[in-house]
Amino acid sequence: MTKYIGKSVKRVEDKRFLTGQGKYTDDIKMPGMVYAYILRSPYAHATINSIDVEAASKADGVVAIFTGNDIPESIAGVPCGWQVDFKNGDTMKEPPHPLLVRKKVRHVGDGVAIVIANSKAQAKDASELVDVDYDIHDAVTDPKAAAQDGAPLVHEGVPNNMAFDWELGNPKEEVAAALASATHVTELDFVNQRMVPNAMEPRSAIGHYDTAYDKYTLYTSTQNPHLTRLLMCAFVLGLPEHKVRVVGPDVGGGFGSKIFHYAEEALVIWCSKQILKPIKWTCDRSEAFLTDAHGRDHVTNAKMGFDADGKIVALQAHTYANMGAYLSTFAPAVPTYLHGTLLQGLYTTPKINVDVTATFTHTNAVDAYRGAGRPEATYLLERLIDLAALEMDVDPAELRLKNFIAPFDGVEQEGYVTQVALQYDSGNYAPVLNKALEMVGYEAFREEQKNLSNGKLLGIGFSTYIEACGIAPSAVVGSLGARAGLFESAQVRVQPTGKVSVYSGSHSHGQGHETTFAQIVADRMGIALEDVEIIHGDSDSVAFGMGTYGSRSLAVGGSAIVKSIDKVLEKGAKIAAHLLEASSDDLEYEGGKWTVKGTDKSVGFGDVSLTAYVPHNYPEGLEPGLDFSSFYDPTNFTYPFGAHIAIVEIDKETGYTKLKRFIAVDDVGNVINPMIVDGQIHGGLAQGIGQAMHEGAIYDDTGQLINGSYMDYCMPRADDFPSFEIDRTVTPCPHNPLGVKGAGEAGAIGSTPAVVNAVIDALWKGGHKVKDIKMPLTPERVWTAMQD
Amino acid sequence: MANKISVMVNGKQCTGEVEARTLLSDYLREDLSLTGTHIGCDTSSCGACTVHVNGKAIKSCTMLAVQVDGSEVTTVEGLSTNGSLHPIQEGFKEEHGLQCGFCTPGMMMMATDFLKSNPNPSEKEIREALEGNFCRCTGYHNIVKSIQHAAKKMQGVEA
Repeated sequence: MTKYIGKSVKRVEDKRFLTGQGKYTDDIKMPGMVYAYILRSPYAHATINSIDVEAASKADGVVAIFTGNDIPESIAGVPCGWQVDFKNGDTMKEPPHPLLVRKKVRHVGDGVAIVIANSKAQAKDASELVDVDYDIHDAVTDPKAAAQDGAPLVHEGVPNNMAFDWELGNPKEEVAAALASATHVTELDFVNQRMVPNAMEPRSAIGHYDTAYDKYTLYTSTQNPHLTRLLMCAFVLGLPEHKVRVVGPDVGGGFGSKIFHYAEEALVIWCSKQILKPIKWTCDRSEAFLTDAHGRDHVTNAKMGFDADGKIVALQAHTYANMGAYLSTFAPAVPTYLHGTLLQGLYTTPKINVDVTATFTHTNAVDAYRGAGRPEATYLLERLIDLAALEMDVDPAELRLKNFIAPFDGVEQEGYVTQVALQYDSGNYAPVLNKALEMVGYEAFREEQKNLSNGKLLGIGFSTYIEACGIAPSAVVGSLGARAGLFESAQVRVQPTGKVSVYSGSHSHGQGHETTFAQIVADRMGIALEDVEIIHGDSDSVAFGMGTYGSRSLAVGGSAIVKSIDKVLEKGAKIAAHLLEASSDDLEYEGGKWTVKGTDKSVGFGDVSLTAYVPHNYPEGLEPGLDFSSFYDPTNFTYPFGAHIAIVEIDKETGYTKLKRFIAVDDVGNVINPMIVDGQIHGGLAQGIGQAMHEGAIYDDTGQLINGSYMDYCMPRADDFPSFEIDRTVTPCPHNPLGVKGAGEAGAIGSTPAVVNAVIDALWKGGHKVKDIKMPLTPERVWTAMQD
Repeated sequence: MANKISVMVNGKQCTGEVEARTLLSDYLREDLSLTGTHIGCDTSSCGACTVHVNGKAIKSCTMLAVQVDGSEVTTVEGLSTNGSLHPIQEGFKEEHGLQCGFCTPGMMMMATDFLKSNPNPSEKEIREALEGNFCRCTGYHNIVKSIQHAAKKMQGVEA
């Protein structure tokens, strides 16, 4: 019986946001609060000779100024949470990432001093009076150039700037032999450009040390408060964890960039103890451009071989992955276990080898950005297969259908074991593509494309993807280098009146957990949605949490809630059996009451709840109360998949490319709230299409981010998009109780190559046989590609 | 340095002293604690800080607080009265026009002004009207539908 699950229930969290009552970190004010501004390096690579803060210290309103030298040696830098070893077994290079630089700055935006004043304006004014004397050095920004002999070094003791190298799959010789025997090999050199996440809420952190309780509170715009607390306490500041509370209040979008523990969080906490005042730091947008961990930035060569029937026989990929100047929290996992492991895609490719070289450069750190590694893997596969179809003059949809893995449900049929270390949970791939082809009207489109005579070119591009989500089994990720578990916790607390408070370790920053989770609880417990409240984001109320990223909240966090509900109902049945003078085996629970099977004898959830807290007439030996916690650690990742189709129109005179239609058919397993899932897909599509057509961080040779503002970085706007045409198929996940797979990243993973493939298709049909155009596909680049 | 200003904000007369350089957005957030107006950039590009000054939508980070002396300002907190939702708020709720909620106040303030001059807009006109407001969560898809929803509702109400 489902009253709520599967329904587009309107969001319960909306009202506070619609009326201006959302509480984001920067909205919080405390008595005596002071404001911090961080002075940052204007150079990408320089030695600090001296820092003079004397004049700044005397400026109006200044409370304190700290530089790197003021921070004790005992305080470590920001740690990395994922270890990847070199091919030869050596541990990755992990140079320190100080809270404030003492000697050498390594990217524009590296923190040099924190200036604290009575207002943010005063702190900014004073920071201009801080005199830093720099010796400027050459910089390197490209991940491939950084690996070459003679490139400027980012860290002493890291030769060729190599953080690690890594390989996965079949032996290279076997792949090379298969490619040599192939009838056709498509080879492509391409760049998956660097992206700036651009959550609309700039990062913000408040540090408050309370002398009365000897306790610290950090409010921060984070996707995972508990991990931030763990990293900050155990690895940076050496604080006792039980004396630190971390709160992620309303958070204005994350897209990966707010997963990580940042230096500013530890800085405001440490400084608050020094000056005994609450300190707020909120970054400007231009500061966010320089310091929010970026995404992507891969330079890749890949080859895909086909036999005479068009079956893929082998794939070889080599990628240079840019780590930036320091290793951010999850950075090493992105080009390796979230990218290399996805190169099976939806295809039966029998031989796959992937080789990754991760390098340091004089740029801001790169880490997980919506999709994290999986968009890069999808881009690699889907560009190659679409280009191969053009080169071999076969239909790109048919070529995919021919190579798809056969359907398997993960129950009757085993999960599919890939050449690159994963076992897919369940999949049925042809229906998503066939549905998308139907929606687009494929045959009619090809006719229209042939007969075009208006000075334009039309193109259609495909992308069929798989992703590994719901990250995931702790033992598995541990064996792959994660320095944390990736379970989730949930507590279901039934109040004496039968109202239910749920404490989740997942963190909502736009995903609508307060609604989706409540739908699950209300349905499973047979109570009204209004009687459920979801509490998240506060380490003092939620037992523990691994946070929200990797499309994991519902699959892992939701499953933890289900476990706790099961425990509540099991104990509830014992109380009900006592009250009904029956055996709990003879009871059934439905519609919020326990009934003795085959009779009209029943007792309601509210009565049982009250009895649990007023245990006068109560089962012997049973503890009072109705309140259970659970930790859910899944047995596998989940594997959503889908098919995306883009249709573009190119103006031959100007190269201006218009996205005319975008069709997405995604399979994210079971769906709890279709409205919210659709919204997640829409947003992902916009980010993926944004990468293809508009966005990309540009560093010049000296390491300056030359488009580090909204005047320069092309954020996608409403009129850049058509109305999206989306649909879904449902292939339940066989290994979690909800059958869900996750929907947060799908849109961003599938869409980028579909758009680029559409432009390449248009150009080929117009007689320009170009293999690649660098993203973003600006009119200038598309026009240039047509001038052959 | 302080300048005395008097502004009618959400129907209430507010009098205070501000620095000449204080932006309207900072005045609303810091001096009046109206934190529904958000600041998403430093280049007047994102529109999260959009409010109404004398009935017209403006980005409050492009105006100084001293410039609104004697004016009427409406922020998202003043959109609805009597505890009921304004049609634009209802539209955003019904059509799932918001996710993280950060751009939402600016979007709604922009849209209400737009619908005054164009009560029955096409999808294309709505998308063009949103040029100066960024959203990173929704892909704008449901924001367009939310504004269409509000347009219909407002026409119905006024008819």
